Amino acid sequence: MTTTDTTSDTKNDARTPAPKKKLGHRARAQRKEAIALVVPALLPIIVFSLIPLVSGVALGFTNATLKRNAEIEFIGFGNFIELLGDQRFWGSFGIGIVWAGSVALLTLVCAMGLALLLNSDLRLKGLTRVLALIPWAMPPVVIAIVWRMIYNPNSGPLNGALEAVGIPGVNWLGDFSTALPAVIVVGVWAGIPQTTVLLLAGMQSISAEQHEAAAVDGAGALRRFWHITLPALRPVIFAVTALDFIWQFNSFGLIYVLTEGGPGGKTMIPPLFTYLEAFRNREIGYASAMGDVLVVAIMLILSLYLINQFRQNKGARS
Amino acid sequence: MIARHPWWGTVLMYVALAAFLLFLGFPLLWLLSASFKSTSELNSLAVNLIPAEWDFSNYTSALERQNLITAAGNSLLVSIATMVITVLLSMPMAYALARLKGKLRATGTIWILTSQVFPSILIIIPLFLVLRSINLNDTLFGLILVYVTFTLPFTLWMLQGYVAAIPTELEEAGEMDGASRVTILRTIILPLLAPGLVATAMFTFVSAWNEFFLALVLLQSPELYTLPIALRSFLGAEGQTQLGPLAAGAILATIPSLIIFGILQKKLTGGMLAGAVKG
Repeated sequence: MTTTDTTSDTKNDARTPAPKKKLGHRARAQRKEAIALVVPALLPIIVFSLIPLVSGVALGFTNATLKRNAEIEFIGFGNFIELLGDQRFWGSFGIGIVWAGSVALLTLVCAMGLALLLNSDLRLKGLTRVLALIPWAMPPVVIAIVWRMIYNPNSGPLNGALEAVGIPGVNWLGDFSTALPAVIVVGVWAGIPQTTVLLLAGMQSISAEQHEAAAVDGAGALRRFWHITLPALRPVIFAVTALDFIWQFNSFGLIYVLTEGGPGGKTMIPPLFTYLEAFRNREIGYASAMGDVLVVAIMLILSLYLINQFRQNKGARS
Repeated sequence: MIARHPWWGTVLMYVALAAFLLFLGFPLLWLLSASFKSTSELNSLAVNLIPAEWDFSNYTSALERQNLITAAGNSLLVSIATMVITVLLSMPMAYALARLKGKLRATGTIWILTSQVFPSILIIIPLFLVLRSINLNDTLFGLILVYVTFTLPFTLWMLQGYVAAIPTELEEAGEMDGASRVTILRTIILPLLAPGLVATAMFTFVSAWNEFFLALVLLQSPELYTLPIALRSFLGAEGQTQLGPLAAGAILATIPSLIIFGILQKKLTGGMLAGAVKG
């Protein structure tokens, strides 16, 4: 541990690449070592991750099916042309955007509120903290089972409470108009813990002096939140919402167990739709093409978000 | 934060906190209470959290169903194997990623992040075809291979964050003393990395334990079902569901993840943030 007090100069030397002249025997030896470390780990990644990914993308350009010994032919953009006119797919795509967007946004709002409360000086904080973490640890299937009980039209507490005050019960997961909002609520419930913890960690890294100084200057809690907390949290918020959106857009288990995409396809998010196409209709070529379209779409949405965020950051700085 | 709120602000904050407690806590309490309720009480619309009569038979009948115990065994086997293989594979790579400069590290980070964007379906279809061609679909071994594939990127990302947090000066000092690279890794890096390693391993375990989609695709034989699949098959035909044993089974399936999350809660967020900042 005696070395930890070395000056930051040596640290910088270690991080910045050495000037070309010095790149001698030692640097070459280090490079060899690095290669020796990377190759054994790279192999499984290439075999299990990269190759499947590339062939998955490529399958979208074929007429592959799940039938055994079926001949696979390249059909160019055939699947994509068919997809363009596939109303059910685009309907599912729209539901996916609504689902992922609302869950990411609502989770952010709820988690921000909860993180602010947990970061203040209230009682019951410990209990809330523990409670808030439990959904994180629960398997999505269990979360779905819990909420199926809550939403159950004949024995669920939600309808029980409604009927106790004289309002007729609702078939939450079975009704065309309530199914999607109902699953979004479950998505938010399941998403709050992780987002809260990440925001809380971000808040705790904001120095207390800043807040105190602002308070001395007479800034109220709201203004301090707006002018100190929010700007400082901006990178965390950005990363968290982007990740939440991607994860929710690709999530499967929760909705599969809650509604299986029903009623009438009202909650048929793209992962369910592609799963059914691949493993129930056995059209894996077509399903892969859908997957390709989804990747491109998510990338587009993310890059728009990124560019927008970048502009705002620039604007805030100047 | 500073304790200088107007009284109504404090009241408002407690109201909000109570609302959060209700929203987050009620479903959990409901599950817990349902697991102790009798069938007749479960089928009524009464909103009572404390069962009118305590019925412990739900747990015994959940356990007596052979497939749930088998499924727990399968889940345990798959999760532990996934954890061990993933961590062993990612250790050298994480070290290299964290210590390398320049292009390779950037490429690695980009790959790890992109892999999060791709829908699972694009990877599982080709993997399914390959596994089927060597008769490994519908086997636990095949499932383990697939889990390793899917957990590797994030594990790698977490782990390299922990490695990056270890100052390079320590290694340089070791080098000065003439220690070989292997000795440095074993005696300096490994002990410092241990907490991060444990957190990463636990995270991998929980990911595999909770996973549903890939198991649904790969496993057809009921005797190979993992817990999430077995619980889902419990739901069965609409209306036929036995809510009590289902609730009991759901609680039992959550306990391992809960324990692990309790232990690693703090480390996990630290690791994710470390990964995010250093990545």
